[in-house]
Amino acid sequence: MNTPAVEVRHLKKYFEVHGGLLHAVDDVSFKIEKGTTMGVVGESGCGKSTLGRTIIHLQDSTDGQILLNGEDITIVNSRELKKIRQQMQIIFQDPYSSINPRMTIEEIISDPLKSYGWRRKELSDKVTELMEFTGVEDRLRMSYPHELDGGRRQRVGIARALALDPQFIVCDEPVSALDVSIQAQVLNLLMDLQEKSGLTLMFVTHDLSVVKLIADNICVMYLGQLVETSSTKRIFDMPLHPYTKALLSAVPSVDVDHPAKRILIQGELTSPINPKPGCRFLARCPYATDQCREPQQLAEIEEGHFVSCCRVKEIN
Amino acid sequence: MQKAEVNTIDAIPVRRKKESQIVMIFKRILRDRGATIGLIGILFFVFVAIFAEQLAPYDPYTLDITAMLTGPSRAHWMGTDELGRDVMSRLIYGTRYSLALGVLGSLMSFACACVLGCIAGYFGKWIESLIMRICDVMMSIPGTLLTIIISAVLGSGFFVTLIALSFGGIFNQVRMLRAQILRERGQEYLEAAEAYNCKKTKIMFIHLLPNVVSPLLVNLTMGISGTINAAATLSFLGLGIQPPTPEWGAMLSGGRDYLRNCPTLILFPGLVIMIFCWCVNLFGDGLRDAMDPKLKN
Repeated sequence: MNTPAVEVRHLKKYFEVHGGLLHAVDDVSFKIEKGTTMGVVGESGCGKSTLGRTIIHLQDSTDGQILLNGEDITIVNSRELKKIRQQMQIIFQDPYSSINPRMTIEEIISDPLKSYGWRRKELSDKVTELMEFTGVEDRLRMSYPHELDGGRRQRVGIARALALDPQFIVCDEPVSALDVSIQAQVLNLLMDLQEKSGLTLMFVTHDLSVVKLIADNICVMYLGQLVETSSTKRIFDMPLHPYTKALLSAVPSVDVDHPAKRILIQGELTSPINPKPGCRFLARCPYATDQCREPQQLAEIEEGHFVSCCRVKEIN
Repeated sequence: MQKAEVNTIDAIPVRRKKESQIVMIFKRILRDRGATIGLIGILFFVFVAIFAEQLAPYDPYTLDITAMLTGPSRAHWMGTDELGRDVMSRLIYGTRYSLALGVLGSLMSFACACVLGCIAGYFGKWIESLIMRICDVMMSIPGTLLTIIISAVLGSGFFVTLIALSFGGIFNQVRMLRAQILRERGQEYLEAAEAYNCKKTKIMFIHLLPNVVSPLLVNLTMGISGTINAAATLSFLGLGIQPPTPEWGAMLSGGRDYLRNCPTLILFPGLVIMIFCWCVNLFGDGLRDAMDPKLKN
């Protein structure tokens, strides 16, 4: 079997906050094979962005392991960090705050190259290539970001992420701030890129229709924990975890004759600060029993389909 | 859809070359009448300072006992002071000291504040607490008192006065800059720069600083007049620039004793300080408006 491009083992990221320890990412493990896209879905505040940022070392992890091409990169010194940052990049959610308003488009795209010591002459050609690749018109080279619309700005953000020829890109909700028509353009661009250069993507989003389109595999997160992971098709056809079921039933359907039966979950999110052991979904789960108060394990129900629920067999 | 896109891109101006922000700001200032007047005024004072020897009708230190405390006359346009020195010549030479003190003093505190504020705002944690607590301590001492203490400890003279004047202004600006940075710190372009391993110093001074510095720059221009006033205060107390040197503030406070016999001794230095501060403030106002990159040309 090939070594996965990125592997995460029991990754934890806690934040010290007022009143305790916030478990933003709690014991998450998964693998992303080379050239595939992993969709990470979950509601706001479930730690999916934190997960992405921790993997590419924008934040230090609290515990666990991160592997890039089979190599442990959890703890690195500044020289190794420089090396791995060349291989892992990020595309941000908000194209309005993710590019520096005081730099020209050319400066923004070439800045990563400058910090890796590219020469001035090579820079210009590389920027031309990147702009062409991402579909940013060449005449915008000397423009400032505020002159561009959201879709073009996001393309500039993508061009910047691609500048160093990374193998792995974390896309942190890259389309959720865009219009639907522009969303499609950006998604197509990402899929083209993946086809051309065999990129590995981790696609963080709360938009299930987007993830259905772009992802090969899906991780569903709830309050910092991984509740279910499998291929996109299996998750959409046969969700096993009660939370995934509720989540999927919330996708609007255009089929008026067969309206989907919605599963409404009761109550509010429980606090991620000092959570109790046991299933995090306990308080809102319609199937909850005393059994659920024990710590849950991610178990392989069928090949490649992992679920973290002790009652999964009885429910389905 | 396709059509709409063509329209939006047509609205974006094409530039062959990078239009430097400084050039853009300068162009905008020239379009603002008040700021242009301010700029011309400042340039005039700079011109006077440089060519003081050529412009001054008399030597600023020569005493003339036959003409003490005369009002304006044909020979002495702005009159003479208590020792018969020509006030206009002294004001012209004084431009050198006052301008240098005001501008350099403000620039020095601005530069120190930029470094400290960036470090405090960007790194946060203990280093921020340390810098900010020092600022709190320093700000609890009245600015004038602080300046007096420093010049009393270090002695008098041009450079000592410069240090004394700039020191007091640092902490207020650090606080202001840090507040700006706190607002900007969450912006994702900083994180992006970190993700491609941009050097910390480069992130602070190339990415972050230009985006947070504009209120400080405006403050800087306004601060110049404040610094000139502080210099005057020091001279008045016998610290700072010493008597024979024709500094505006010193002349102003020196003329105070002769307010009844010869009010012009106060009037002219006061007017000059006022006009200079007015020019600087006009320019500062225009600068604040011009600093915003989102302004249409």
